[in-house]
Amino acid sequence: MTYVSLTPVDLALAALLLVLTSGLSLAFRLGLERSIATSALRMCVQLGIVGFLLKLVFESGSLLATAGFALMMLVATAYEVASRQERRFQGVASYLIGGAAPFLAGLIATVFAVTAIIGSEPWWSPRFLLPILGMMIGNALAGVTLVLDTITSAATREKSAIEGRLALGATRWDALQDVLRRGLRTGLTPILSAMAVAGVVSLPGMMTGQILAGADPVEAMKYQIMIMFLIAGATGVAVVLAGLISVALLTDERHRLRLDRLVPVKKPDA
Amino acid sequence: MLRVETLRLAPLPSLTFQVADGECLTVEGASGSGKTRLLRAIADLDPVEGLIFLDGAERHEIPGPRWRAQVRYVAAEPGWWSDTPRGTFPPDAVDSERVERQLANVGLTPEHLDRDIGHLSTGERARLAFVRALQGEPKALLLDEPTAALDPASAALVEEQIRFQLYVGRIVVLATHDVGLSQRVSHTRLMLPKPRLATPQPTGGPA
Repeated sequence: MTYVSLTPVDLALAALLLVLTSGLSLAFRLGLERSIATSALRMCVQLGIVGFLLKLVFESGSLLATAGFALMMLVATAYEVASRQERRFQGVASYLIGGAAPFLAGLIATVFAVTAIIGSEPWWSPRFLLPILGMMIGNALAGVTLVLDTITSAATREKSAIEGRLALGATRWDALQDVLRRGLRTGLTPILSAMAVAGVVSLPGMMTGQILAGADPVEAMKYQIMIMFLIAGATGVAVVLAGLISVALLTDERHRLRLDRLVPVKKPDA
Repeated sequence: MLRVETLRLAPLPSLTFQVADGECLTVEGASGSGKTRLLRAIADLDPVEGLIFLDGAERHEIPGPRWRAQVRYVAAEPGWWSDTPRGTFPPDAVDSERVERQLANVGLTPEHLDRDIGHLSTGERARLAFVRALQGEPKALLLDEPTAALDPASAALVEEQIRFQLYVGRIVVLATHDVGLSQRVSHTRLMLPKPRLATPQPTGGPA
């Protein structure tokens, strides 16, 4: 088993399938040719930049460059979570909660993985740290997005029930406990189903990649199991963090419900 | 005693008034004049400028939940967070003879506690919320349209219970459209001015 390097010609061949998709769009008058072309181009540029950046960071092997790349991930996460909300918190709070919760949780799980499990030298060696951190954040992000969406919409919809509890002297944590619990449960659903179907319905991306790169399937499977556990841990921490912070932001120190802190996000027509 | 000092509820002029124990203040005014906002402000459910004292203690000296346990706001459309009313009552009080009596006083039975919220009429829900607000012996009751959803017979029962609450020394602030009710139970009446309507733009047609 050896690693087969791809040439530009190989990539061009693969792009033929994209041309086929565009052709279908034309044939059925879906009007998606432009979007297909721009999304494909965007993906190539993004992956190209990331690929070369990662190569640079790996070769430099510097802590600073690694931290810089991680920081870039943080910014992208914050932006992504905020842009996926139907209602979001006013001002910077929205970006703080969306960025901080997945990033912190991802960082904790990743540092734990590289120090205690993989034992790479040095522990921040970018070749291990950055891909794992990316997978952690990516999954935690999905969970956090769901938590925020569930909690903000439930709190808006159930305003009178929540305020009914507050009016009887409940604390904000009591008044919002059902909403919080529902949010956390929703946030944990994707990773639970991912674990349930892993290998049956889908071959996880990382395992596929390792197998294509020539790794022994059993070895790849072991890595995948570790990653799944890490993802479950990171998502759990991120989801709880995001849930607690959003309850705190939706209320104030006088234990009042503050829906005025939410602003609706206009969905682009697409 | 409940004392409100220079409470700012735009666009109303700043409000200052007090209600002694066992007395009732009724708040009247057209829809949108700020009756509900005033009651919510006294219960500290909305951030509002001004001072509110209960027996000499300003609301900010007391944690929000403890303030609201003493100063109970009962919304015109009460909130429910359980399938049946029972789940929204304090569990240690719900099966007492006292609650049974309080329910009977407003024409309900303990059996109403176990009905599905969706199967209760608006009037039944309003009366259940009234009884719910009495649990835990609050010092003041802020009632928002307590009889608006009720038929005359039930309204009379609730009115009688409001009188009883005054008799045992509670403070009642009552927002209502019902002039007759206001005249019968109030010691003081507060009339909120009509809300000023936004002047229509000379050039703008209906949007």
